[in-house]
Amino acid sequence: MLFSRTGRKDDLVVRGARVVDPGEGIDRVGDVRVDKGVIAQIGTALDANGHRVIEGEGLVLAPAFVDPHVHLRVPGGEDEETIASGTAAAAAGGYCAILAMPNTDPVVDSASVLGSLIEDARAEATIPVGFLAAITRGQDGAELTEMVELAEQGAAGFSDDGRPIVAPGLMRRALQYHRITDRRLALHCEEPTLSKGGQMHEGAVSAELGFSGYPSVAESVMVERDLSLAAFEQAPLHLLHLSARESVDAVRAAQAKGVTATAEVTPHHLCLTDEAVRSLDSNLKMNPPLRSADDRAALVEGLSDGTISAVATDHAPHLRHEKEVPFEAAPFGVTGLETAFAALYTHLVDPGLLKLETLLERMSAGPARAYGLEPPRIAPGAPANLVLLDTERTWRVQEDGFRSRSANSWLLGQTLRGQVRLTVAAGRTAFAA
Amino acid sequence: MADIHVMREGFLPPKQPPRRHLISIGDLERVDVERLLATASSFSRSLEREVKKLPTLRGRTVVNVFYESSTRTSSSFELAAKRLSADTMSIKAAGSSVDKGESLKDTALTLGAYDPDVIVMRHPQIGAPQLVARYTDAHVVNAGDGKHQHPTQALLDLYTIQAELGPIEGVHVAIVGDVLHSRVARSNVQALVLMGARVTLVGPPPLIPRGIESLGCEVSHDIDAIGAADVVYVLRMQRERMEEGANYVPSLREYTARWGVTPERIRPGQKVMHPGPMNRGVEIDPRVADAPEALIEAQVRAGLVVRMAVLYDLLTTGPVPVEAAEPLEVA
Repeated sequence: MLFSRTGRKDDLVVRGARVVDPGEGIDRVGDVRVDKGVIAQIGTALDANGHRVIEGEGLVLAPAFVDPHVHLRVPGGEDEETIASGTAAAAAGGYCAILAMPNTDPVVDSASVLGSLIEDARAEATIPVGFLAAITRGQDGAELTEMVELAEQGAAGFSDDGRPIVAPGLMRRALQYHRITDRRLALHCEEPTLSKGGQMHEGAVSAELGFSGYPSVAESVMVERDLSLAAFEQAPLHLLHLSARESVDAVRAAQAKGVTATAEVTPHHLCLTDEAVRSLDSNLKMNPPLRSADDRAALVEGLSDGTISAVATDHAPHLRHEKEVPFEAAPFGVTGLETAFAALYTHLVDPGLLKLETLLERMSAGPARAYGLEPPRIAPGAPANLVLLDTERTWRVQEDGFRSRSANSWLLGQTLRGQVRLTVAAGRTAFAA
Repeated sequence: MADIHVMREGFLPPKQPPRRHLISIGDLERVDVERLLATASSFSRSLEREVKKLPTLRGRTVVNVFYESSTRTSSSFELAAKRLSADTMSIKAAGSSVDKGESLKDTALTLGAYDPDVIVMRHPQIGAPQLVARYTDAHVVNAGDGKHQHPTQALLDLYTIQAELGPIEGVHVAIVGDVLHSRVARSNVQALVLMGARVTLVGPPPLIPRGIESLGCEVSHDIDAIGAADVVYVLRMQRERMEEGANYVPSLREYTARWGVTPERIRPGQKVMHPGPMNRGVEIDPRVADAPEALIEAQVRAGLVVRMAVLYDLLTTGPVPVEAAEPLEVA
């Protein structure tokens, strides 16, 4: 389900780092040796065996990150991002695997489009990438795609991301197909008559600024509907980019009743509220919109207690001139691959709102499990998927500093704490600072 | 002090004025509003004279860019600039390069190349004036951006109320109608609350934005709530903003029956205001619009002097004593 360039696997030793793998119950200072792309040994004062030695003193070595929600923009939007640029950006952000959304032009709704993407990924992907296919043809919400064939071809899951599946009857049929595809459905929950024309969260700030509101209930009413259908069909589902407290509450309640529901949240929803939109900066326009302080608190709590098991960037590249317009005219979406860890470390871990171990788990094993992927782990015999993090180093986010083709980041000009120093993905060094 | 504003060749004031814009009422403190209203009042006295033109902004350039139709605002800004001897240029989106798909950024850069002192801008989208301010050195005055702000309208309304009722502190204003789609309502609530007035918004629930109370106003859905107000401010029912099938109101007929401002609903002595253009017979009964209590024409007159004050204030260095406006009269 994941595809990338092939090549020589690395031999290396990381020395003296704080090795943290919450899944394996590891948190100690030591060395990790990788032989031919596979973790060979964890210990102290390991023999280098002639391998390249990376000094890890004062740094954190963790399982590399998995981003379950990236817009690589291919086919059709190669001026915004490509598989090569997107995976390079992901590697720089500490990711060893990403999943790409199918809302491209054309939409990934046939085996032929999917097949050509897989071929491209084998030629140019720096790190492994998986492709979700659309649930409905053209993401029009009318007819199901040939989900079985797409799954056999290598689709990592199914999503109409960017658009909701409005008709409950169709949603039910898609859930039924899970029994034979065994691929997760990932749902963009938005009730379109409630969100229609909405530019930002509906609340005191939208009332003051005059923007048409996109209320929380436009999301939560669909979250509740989809959880009901999933319970009825006993099919698992994954809920994309939650933004509202009511949605988190609904997921928690459904999980308690035994529904297999996973959920993700973006760094921007975890770090910002609708107050930020007062700046009218078009890089603060996203779907779902930034919500209230209470919603943000519920998202952090949900991520902390595991109701939300994954951080997803929803990396959505846009050309500079597309965002250099009044807020209302700007497209939705911001980039995030290269800033996710630093943003969350700076805004959540450093101020004591979230434990580092929890963040590392939710950026790695959590999202991998949501899609049935092998979670990256630090254990002898496991493929080397490692990220080396400097949690002391500060850096300034600048427009010319991205590997992504786009720079529509909500963090431009901000100074962040936490920097990725090394990324090893599928046994190969994908990024080194 | 006064002749510093009449630019002679080769003469520059010692300090460049601070870069300022008027984009939102939120840009102003109470003292700023008081200064602007006092300056406008000085200008109104000067307009009573036979020669109405003042040399104050001679050699300055004011560009009016209107991406949305407007009669009173664009004419009022143009006349205000002319009364202060500024050179003016008016651009309408229709028939300009906007029709050819030019972006707002490029239009701003193009206009900026002429080094205008002030760009007055109306645009259907929220935040357009901020964007233009980023790409030009001119002072930007917002003449209405989408549903966001229309600060000079709020200032002229304050001026009108003050001229009629005295200090605004403690005055009770009921704003009636389509608040949701109204930049006038938003600017007025902020401005009135800033000046210590009491504000009650009245209208059908779908047309009152959720959370608007946080601006410091009250909300009622009952038209009888206007009875207690000193001023009834009637908003236009913006039919052009009513999306088809949006169901904000079931019909204009029902709106008028429930929330129309009729003589029966007005108490003697209550003042009535409307930002125009009016839909007579929809939000306001013609008998109310034409009654002596209506301040609608006074609002239009106030628009001229308030906009003169805004242009004057932006182009002079820092807070100027009100008396300074007096000697500026042409000899």
